[in-house]
Amino acid sequence: MEAAQVRGREAVFAPVLHRYRAREVGTALLFLAPSLVLFGLFTFWPLVRTFDLSFYGSDIIGRPTLFVGTRQYGQLLASPALRDTLVATVLFAGMTVIPSLVLGLVLALLLQARIAAIGVFRTLMATPFAFSVATAAVVFAIFYNPGVGVFNGFLQLLHLRPVGWLTNPSAALPSVAIASVWLQLGYNVLVLSAGLQAIPDEIYEAARLDGARVLAMIRYVTLPLLTPSLFFLLVVTTIISLQSFGQIHILTRGGPANSTTTLVYAIYYNSFAFGNSNFGLSSAMAVVLFAIVVAITAAQFGLLERRVFYR
Amino acid sequence: MSRSIRRGLSYLVLAAVTFVLLFPLLYAISGSLMSAQELSRYPPALIPSSPRLSSFADVLKAIPLARQYLNSAVVSIVVMLGQLVTATSAAYAFGFLRFPLRNLAFAVFLATMMIPWEAVIIPNYLFMAGNGLLNTYPALILPFLATGFGTFLLRQFFLTFPRDLFEAALVDGCGHLRFLWTILVPLSRPALASLGIYAFLQTWNQYFWPLLVTKTSTMQTLQIGISSLRDTEAATAPNFILAGVVLALIPALFLIYVGQRHIVRGLTSGALRG
Repeated sequence: MEAAQVRGREAVFAPVLHRYRAREVGTALLFLAPSLVLFGLFTFWPLVRTFDLSFYGSDIIGRPTLFVGTRQYGQLLASPALRDTLVATVLFAGMTVIPSLVLGLVLALLLQARIAAIGVFRTLMATPFAFSVATAAVVFAIFYNPGVGVFNGFLQLLHLRPVGWLTNPSAALPSVAIASVWLQLGYNVLVLSAGLQAIPDEIYEAARLDGARVLAMIRYVTLPLLTPSLFFLLVVTTIISLQSFGQIHILTRGGPANSTTTLVYAIYYNSFAFGNSNFGLSSAMAVVLFAIVVAITAAQFGLLERRVFYR
Repeated sequence: MSRSIRRGLSYLVLAAVTFVLLFPLLYAISGSLMSAQELSRYPPALIPSSPRLSSFADVLKAIPLARQYLNSAVVSIVVMLGQLVTATSAAYAFGFLRFPLRNLAFAVFLATMMIPWEAVIIPNYLFMAGNGLLNTYPALILPFLATGFGTFLLRQFFLTFPRDLFEAALVDGCGHLRFLWTILVPLSRPALASLGIYAFLQTWNQYFWPLLVTKTSTMQTLQIGISSLRDTEAATAPNFILAGVVLALIPALFLIYVGQRHIVRGLTSGALRG
């Protein structure tokens, strides 16, 4: 009955309304409204507020009410501690993204074996994806714990010296990265495995007929055809790594000697830890984080068409 | 190498690799059944000598775990249902309706995926604090009810729906809501399952936001409750921390193992464009 009315009206108003039907536009607006309102309230307006807050300092009771212009950004650039934060963020990204991609690729290639029950292995290898940062970090905390000491226990069995996994400033960031790589592996295996399965058998068949051996096949057939998946993962895991928080909060609290204080941990630390409430400084850092993520995403779109091999 | 030896070797390598990859899970299960003394032994004990369930009872005493489980379940289920409703409705508009600035509006939805939550977490925290919502369910739920990813996923699925069928239904006097509810939703069950699983897992596993907005142990989610044990009990009672971990993992493992094909569909729609 609705449709009949719409059609009738359309016949009358057709010359006026030309491309769009008023009723359909109204319906669309109603359907979009819930999401638009929620995005406005909890994503876009807060983003504007983050920019705004980054120009303010906190007053004596911790409210961000004192206008300080670009002082927070100046501090961000000048303070060696904050520069160390950016360095730690980049190092952490390098230590998590590359190993999780390489290991994920190795596992996904192993899952290409043509044997019965391969599906069981594929299902099981997604296991880390079920872990949260909290559960993964808590388990690794026990591995690293000097008292329980699973990892040091293994080292002892191999007659190696124990490592101060989380207490040695030069070991702490790699230790947090190991837990993060493990946590990321389940997802990476799923994505790369799906990518590998999308490559048609005929292509391998043709390469085999041309006499290609396994490694040559991987190098010249699999990897080029897998570049869209690899590229997607590179971008996604980099962004995930930049956003890492839980594993740092649980394992090291940014220490020892600030060696694991990354950008997101510093956002938390300056606004919420130990009664700190430097919302302005944290917001300036949040703006930097936002800029980095936008730059990476933009680079993704820019490179996507040119560099990546698409079938 | 003969075929059967090669096959045997494949199984061996896969089994070894899977064991290493699953070690944290196996250790958590095994450790949750050990006593604290056994767990701190050198060399590390890997299999409980006499499995016991007392760690599970202990962790329930140490933190209000049952209540935290309920909190996590309520928040995750409401967020999941909310995302299904808002994303279906928005994706319907993008997939079936004609309206001005449609592409721009869609770009706005996609843009939300580019904004890291950590970049907007402070204003959101101040908003919750300013409205007296800290330490409440609404604080844990409201910011996550809309989803750019979910809208994208469902729209892609809706676009495969035959346009003729949609027009025929409307000509036959089927309203938009009825078409959506009686025809489109039942046909879109696989895509809705993907989104539902993602939304649930993501919310169940959240850490930063619930850490900020919950102030009492009875309002904390499971993830925060379990990690708070790390501060107090790590050295003395790792066995019941692991019991908590195992309990927290059960729903997530179930979804990963049983719903894996839905998860893969969800991620390939993002990973394998074109």
